Amino acid sequence: MHKSHPWIAGFLLALSLGFALPAAAAEEGGLAPSNANLADTGSLQNGAKLFMNYCSGCHSLQLMRYSRIAEDLDLSEDQVMNNLNFTGVNFGERIPPSMNSVDGKTWFGAAPPDLSLMARAKGVDYVFNYLKSFYLDASRPVGWNNTVFPNASMPNPLWELQGVQTAKFKAAEGSEPAQFEGFEVHRAGTLKPEEFDKVARDIANFLQYAAEPAAMQRKSIGIWVLLFLATFTLLAYFLKQEYWKDVH
Amino acid sequence: MANDGVDKGRRRFLTATTAVVGGAGIAMAAVPFIKSWQPSARAKTAGAPVEADISKLEVGQMVTYEWRGQPIWIIHRTQAQLDALPSQDSRLKDPNSSVEDQQPKFAQNEHRSRKPELLVLVGLCTHLGCSPKFHGELVPEPFDPDWKGGFFCPCHKSRFDMAGRVYDGVPAPTNLVVPPYYFIDDTHIMIGAAEGAA
Amino acid sequence: MANRLTQAVTGMQEWFNDRAPSFGPFYAKHMTSYYAPKNFNIWYIFGVLSMVVLINQIVTGIFLTMFFKPSAAEAFASVEYIMRDVEWGWLIRYMHSTGASAFFVVVYIHMFRGVMYGSYKKPRELVWLLGMLIYLVLMAEAFMGYVLPWGQMSFWGAKVIISLFGAIPYVGTALTEWIMGDYLPSDATLNRFFALHVIALPLVLLLLVVLHIFALHEVGSNNPDGVEIKKGPKGNRWSSSAPADGIPFHPYFTVKDTFYTGCFLLICAFIIFFQPTFGGLFLEHDNFIEANRLVTPVHIKPTWYYTPFYAMLRVVPNKLAGVLTMFSAILVLFFLPWLDRGKVKSWRYRGTGFRVALFVLGICFVWLGKIGSGPGTDPVETIIGRFLTAAYFGFFIFLWVYTAFGFEKTKAVPERVNGHD
Repeated sequence: MHKSHPWIAGFLLALSLGFALPAAAAEEGGLAPSNANLADTGSLQNGAKLFMNYCSGCHSLQLMRYSRIAEDLDLSEDQVMNNLNFTGVNFGERIPPSMNSVDGKTWFGAAPPDLSLMARAKGVDYVFNYLKSFYLDASRPVGWNNTVFPNASMPNPLWELQGVQTAKFKAAEGSEPAQFEGFEVHRAGTLKPEEFDKVARDIANFLQYAAEPAAMQRKSIGIWVLLFLATFTLLAYFLKQEYWKDVH
Repeated sequence: MANDGVDKGRRRFLTATTAVVGGAGIAMAAVPFIKSWQPSARAKTAGAPVEADISKLEVGQMVTYEWRGQPIWIIHRTQAQLDALPSQDSRLKDPNSSVEDQQPKFAQNEHRSRKPELLVLVGLCTHLGCSPKFHGELVPEPFDPDWKGGFFCPCHKSRFDMAGRVYDGVPAPTNLVVPPYYFIDDTHIMIGAAEGAA
Repeated sequence: MANRLTQAVTGMQEWFNDRAPSFGPFYAKHMTSYYAPKNFNIWYIFGVLSMVVLINQIVTGIFLTMFFKPSAAEAFASVEYIMRDVEWGWLIRYMHSTGASAFFVVVYIHMFRGVMYGSYKKPRELVWLLGMLIYLVLMAEAFMGYVLPWGQMSFWGAKVIISLFGAIPYVGTALTEWIMGDYLPSDATLNRFFALHVIALPLVLLLLVVLHIFALHEVGSNNPDGVEIKKGPKGNRWSSSAPADGIPFHPYFTVKDTFYTGCFLLICAFIIFFQPTFGGLFLEHDNFIEANRLVTPVHIKPTWYYTPFYAMLRVVPNKLAGVLTMFSAILVLFFLPWLDRGKVKSWRYRGTGFRVALFVLGICFVWLGKIGSGPGTDPVETIIGRFLTAAYFGFFIFLWVYTAFGFEKTKAVPERVNGHD
């Protein structure tokens, strides 16, 4: 009680963890980990390329600038303008959709959403699992369904790479709804499953980056801020001890 | 009083050190706030270099582009206008463009441009920022009977010659500004950057 | 040379003192000659920390208003503009969002401290009441601030909370429409919440904080032993008339608080730079989706600091009764100084019943908070929630019965405070 210095850290840490851990645990319900890593620039570059080739036809990244991608992903202006920019807008502009939202609505029943913040709203693991969970479903308007986002209104954009899969369900019994049991390969794709995992991971990683470009800097700056504050706090501790010699 | 048995030196040292480190911390913490006032990525995009097409610009004509909200004039000068330039030197405040802020290094020459015939200027008077009028003909004008072509600012009667150099005895203090620019090819100018992107 | 400088400084001091003779004594009263009990422990740093957070919120808030657009059409995009296009905007925004949660962490601990050591008891009832007002204004301030980014949680949170006022008989609907300036949270709502969040409530908050501190300094601080140092012997090494167990706030507590502020900033910086959403607690996932009045998020919940009260609202089956329960849970805290008739302040010397009850109160509050942040679909959890709500109110009834009818067996309170740590 009277010697409280050692337990301040413990107390506040326990408090933080007490809040953080249940929350963190609740996030990961049933999703395979993507292992996406923002520090892996190669993965981000590949993800950007895949996104521009397979996703940007319908989905915009209205909050992301081409110039920012170049800066953060170690790409030159020419590399971005020649390999990633298919919309013809200027280098500093944001990434618009190629398809207008009216078309999207007629084709898919819903306008394809902007994906700038999707990985922050749903989590990077969600994106990773979503990309892997398309299956054939003749009952849907576009012929595809998704186990992560049931009744999603988009077809699998990566089917050539992944191949085509069907889903096996255990039939509904009484009040129990149908239970998903697993996927079956219907037609093999051009990539092996591990290779396709990397595709999904890289796209998820790129979307994770696009959802918070500042994440690239904040951790490296954070280390220095913590070191500085630790130094200051240590000095303040000595100062406090020095003055408190007066108090008996 | 409170000072018996106290190591004053150590106390003073620790106070000073903590204060200095804390002060440095506050100063460093202020940097992001000060920097947040810099032009944002959006403003930078809006202020990015502008490409000008001069393939249709006839001799003696002027076109205006906008860069960073300023009028940018591109003028294809006639031979007569160019020939008249040296004759004005004695009537000018800064005939040799020695005030360095008014033009990039490449335009610090007699015609104040990369190519002699093509003049690129920020179309704002250096006095109070009005936009001067272009009077290209070498004919006597009401404001100058010995006019050899140039720009006249209607706001406060400042006069500039066909290289944007300011005349003596007018309120404008310096020559008109030459923006950074470079030639992409013979018919295209990039305004806002002194050389091509890496 | 040095002589000249000293003369100049003295001259300036004299010039200043001639014109503002009360400033020097004012500073002394609150700093150098404010004698605070020397036995303050860790629980006594949270007042200062809330001051630190308040300053952070004001400074970062001023900068955010420079870039934020308070309109339903532009708000969401302007927040992302801050996050991406404004240099260091992300840091300023995270400092503000983390600060908001940190504010409630320190305020809740500060309030709990007050109950632990009986800091609301005579002669400090006014300090407690002003503190409770600060807490109320802070909740309104945080709520309106949370609406501003105009994400899904902003919109639906606003909708749910404002509709609580609709439970009031007769005027309910008219009142909610008046608050929103529309029939749903809209541009008008966002605009007025912005005005209240950035200027009106901060002014009230600052005024209340100043009054809270003045009221405290009139009567002097309580301490972990609950001993009134002003009633004890006089005379210490700094002053012959000051309480023997008091030490000058400056420099002793300024250096101590500086150290603890450093510890606190370390934790905050860790969150800001490494866990800015704090697992979805400080910045909720659904709030990264722009407000859509046609699509309700699957799981609406307020930010963590409201969830204990939100849980009470949800476990009560009747809307009006739920609203009343929720507001009573806050209101009852105002009456604490008069409900608690115990003669002893600090839990160190209070009866076992009080210590157990306080522990149970803490558990109830945290557990209710957990229930309030969950989906609220589990019927067992609802039963537990009702039980916890009853226990929460039970604390106050118990406290009154326990202390007013002489059930409490207290220990002997020492004459003087125990040393310091």
